Amino acid sequence: MADPEIKTYEPHHESQSAAVTESRPVRWVAMGTAFAFLAVFLLLPLIVVFHEALAKGIGAYTEALSSPDTRSAIRLTLLVAAISVPLNIVFGISAAWAIAKFEFKGKAFLTTLIDLPFSVSPVISGLVYVLLFGAQGLLGEWMKAHGLVILFAVPGIVLATIFVTFPFVARELIPLMQEQGNGDEEAALSLGANGWQTFWYVTLPNVKWGLLYGVLLCNARAMGEFGAVSVVSGHIRGLTNTMPLHVEILYNEYNAVGAFAVASLLAGLALVTLVLKTLLEMRYGAEIAAARGH
Amino acid sequence: MNTGPAKAGWRFRQPSVIPGFGLTLGFSLAYLTLIILIPLSGLVWRSAALGWTDFWAIAVDRRTLNALKISFGTAFIAAAVNVVFGTIVAWVLVRYRFPGRRIADAMVDLPFALPTAVAGIALTSLYAPNGWIGQLLMPLGIKVAYTPLGIVIALVFIGLPFVVRTVQPIMEEIDKEVEEAAATLGANRFQIITRVLFPGLAPAIITGFSLAFARGVGEYGSVIFIAGNLPFKSEIAPLLIVIRLEEYNYEAATAIAAIMLALSFVMLLVVNLAQTWSRKRYG
Repeated sequence: MADPEIKTYEPHHESQSAAVTESRPVRWVAMGTAFAFLAVFLLLPLIVVFHEALAKGIGAYTEALSSPDTRSAIRLTLLVAAISVPLNIVFGISAAWAIAKFEFKGKAFLTTLIDLPFSVSPVISGLVYVLLFGAQGLLGEWMKAHGLVILFAVPGIVLATIFVTFPFVARELIPLMQEQGNGDEEAALSLGANGWQTFWYVTLPNVKWGLLYGVLLCNARAMGEFGAVSVVSGHIRGLTNTMPLHVEILYNEYNAVGAFAVASLLAGLALVTLVLKTLLEMRYGAEIAAARGH
Repeated sequence: MNTGPAKAGWRFRQPSVIPGFGLTLGFSLAYLTLIILIPLSGLVWRSAALGWTDFWAIAVDRRTLNALKISFGTAFIAAAVNVVFGTIVAWVLVRYRFPGRRIADAMVDLPFALPTAVAGIALTSLYAPNGWIGQLLMPLGIKVAYTPLGIVIALVFIGLPFVVRTVQPIMEEIDKEVEEAAATLGANRFQIITRVLFPGLAPAIITGFSLAFARGVGEYGSVIFIAGNLPFKSEIAPLLIVIRLEEYNYEAATAIAAIMLALSFVMLLVVNLAQTWSRKRYG
């Protein structure tokens, strides 16, 4: 991509003249401030999680992780992510296809609506389902009559998780597909491919890294969501407790090792997410919309 | 598919050879309506059903007012802190070359990836009176954990990537020739930064501020551990919603949520106006 013509000018830019960079002391102060800030606010919290988890040795750590309640929390978190992430992938692809490939009235408004969950407090995201499905809720009576249980059960947790992770995939795919245009698809169609073939063999390979990027962020949030899930879960140990909720319960019981042991798993997930995300940005930056500041 | 006659002046969508419009738009709209729009309109409907007097009584309740004040106040301070330090971090990442820059850059996204409850207990253990940072601040008479200052710390953590990631791409696009031109015209570095670079960055900084602020107002998971949650002192609005729900006081929970949404909406409107103004002013 990089024009070799421009590349040859790089050394000139590296040896910046005093006009376009700060004096040495100012540079050191700026870098020192930035490093100190990042160390105190990002690095220390991360380190303290692992430090506290292992405070009483590796034995206490593994014991905390092998308790039945912890294991059922891990299972529930995986189950919730396994349902909500694929649903949001299907939605994200479908919304991106409609929005990026076609011109229609109200497109900008639809795009704004998709972003809506990001501007709603997680607690409110949970509250709306309580108002809908709760005992005093709009559908409460009807659901009781039909023996349906959503709130304080797995379906409610899944719904709240879908709500908060709703925009991730769509948001990544829409700008990417808009930028790629319709040329490839039109060529495939004119060569006789049908709609599904065009999607599977042309569009999907074009957006696969961007899609993976969106899925990665969606999954991290789905497994880590606390506020929304907390409101609809009912906190029933072993039944409706996800990992983040289990962290809270253990912490409030003054079981620091247990709380931080579960937290360390979630922190590990966050680190893996960051590493994969960075690798994607480095290797496939041109094929990821978010990496280019959209 | 569902386009009207081609001759009509108004057309819902422009013709295209690409198939699947009806299917994908139909599915997207149905999913959006079921998951987002119906539940959210339920909230609006419930708060409208409350009636003005009941709604007002909840809104001016002293505990509600204090919680809103704490949520919006701490979010504002945290966003302001992030504007200063986030801009410096972005500048260092964009302009300076040093070993480990890639790692520092990746670390900025940690608050996006780290579950809020994990951040909450980690920050609490750092800033508790016997924590690594807390015991350094204790002799200075500064108490962070279980005070409003703790809320600010949690919201600074949560909001940092919003500012950095909004400002960074704009900084990368700055054309160095503009700076060189300013320098040849006799401007010193300070003047270049404040008069030439800052105006170009102002809209992005305002956007970053508003994103961090909006996120901070609604934040729950990372705050409740470190806040201490004393009513009137360190109780945030989202927590008050949860408390009202646990008391089965759906009316109060709904009203507080509606007020929060309305205030956030007004805030976004003000930010949009500020942005239009700064674009006009600095072009």
